[in-house]
Amino acid sequence: MKESNFKYIINGLIKENPTFVLMLGMCPTMAVTTAAMNGLGMGLSTTVVLILSNMMISALRKVIPDTVRMPAYIVVVASFVTIVQFLLQAFVPSLYAALGLYIPLIVVNCIILGRAESFASKNGVIASMCDGIGMGLGFTVALTLIAMVREFFGTGTIFGVDVIKHLGYEPISILVLAPGAFLVLSVLTALQNKLKAPSATNVPKGDAIACGGNCFSCADSGCASNHKKLADAKEAAKAAKEAEKAAKAAEAEAQKTE
Amino acid sequence: MELLVILISTSLISNVVLCQFLGLCPFLGVSKKVDTAVGMGAAVIFVITVASAITWLIYTFILTPLNITYLQTIVFILVIAALVQLVEMILKKSIPSLYQALGVYLPLITTNCAVLGVALINVQKEYNFISAVVSGLGTAIGFTISITILAGIRERIENNDVPNSFKGMPIVLITAGLMSIAFMGFAGIQFK
Repeated sequence: MKESNFKYIINGLIKENPTFVLMLGMCPTMAVTTAAMNGLGMGLSTTVVLILSNMMISALRKVIPDTVRMPAYIVVVASFVTIVQFLLQAFVPSLYAALGLYIPLIVVNCIILGRAESFASKNGVIASMCDGIGMGLGFTVALTLIAMVREFFGTGTIFGVDVIKHLGYEPISILVLAPGAFLVLSVLTALQNKLKAPSATNVPKGDAIACGGNCFSCADSGCASNHKKLADAKEAAKAAKEAEKAAKAAEAEAQKTE
Repeated sequence: MELLVILISTSLISNVVLCQFLGLCPFLGVSKKVDTAVGMGAAVIFVITVASAITWLIYTFILTPLNITYLQTIVFILVIAALVQLVEMILKKSIPSLYQALGVYLPLITTNCAVLGVALINVQKEYNFISAVVSGLGTAIGFTISITILAGIRERIENNDVPNSFKGMPIVLITAGLMSIAFMGFAGIQFK
């Protein structure tokens, strides 16, 4: 595998993790993370759709006219979502029942259209596939982690396996109900603020999820502005560090001359 | 009576944002000021009601007779996207005042997931035409209620002393969480 392709995977998994860093696709993140299994299933379904649609769109990128590209992308994504829906219904009916409405709603997950617009439409098939794998796995890992936290404290189990419940742990059942999603997410973003980890919610003016509400026809403008904000924030941090260094050096210099 | 039940259950008991997590992005993104929140809510009411009527008609009179109901996701999403464009154009031409009030928000909801979600729920629950429209209306009203309340609370929070780490998004999410707990209270409503 070429080195750059590997880089795309790492990029999606860590550096630009769609959930933790870019804060995209929040609806499924909150809705399905009630149990670790659901988070994993949702993440993997999205990954499959993301990889396939990235490859298909990348392969068709010279055929699709620029003016109708969004509807074309939507048809591609929706077709793969329908296929995944059928496969889940046939082979994993329990997961299908648990995720329910949220499987067809993968279509409006802004990660998928965002990557189609910002990556697959400009890069080759293999690179797009790697980007899809990276972003998809990043999403899956994030969903599974959030779901594990909620399930652990909410029911005392992880992946349905009893961990601390038999020790007499009284589960905080609100965490697996609807309000729990908001509370867990808010603690997560607060931690990111505390640790000054770059994310779309704590860079300057980033107190709203930057995608501004339109997961579907956002044409990646949201993702683009998230990217830009992150880049700006990193740049600013770097500049501040360097300024500090320079100031220290100047101080040392001044002391020396004294 | 049945319609009233649908209206209350879609708007309050299973609130689209606070219980089903649909349309979360505009809920968090456009809720800074009450005015904009109300504008967004009005646009959502308009679009979801029209969209649930149109998707029901298409599902019943085109997809079902042709036996291609499995294409519903693809068809719905395209129809909704086209519909919002159309609504925008018609409003611009015929009712400019309404367009000016809603115009900014219309492209924003081209399809927030709530619109597609309502269309799919209507099919799932096998509603008839009137019920489908009422369910769409109720869902949208529920969205408007919650986004307006959140915007009102956010305007108050603005001047309060929030712990540093919780400034911005985290406190908004906590507020939403508390609202969600409050809305869980509606789950106790029983219809006889």
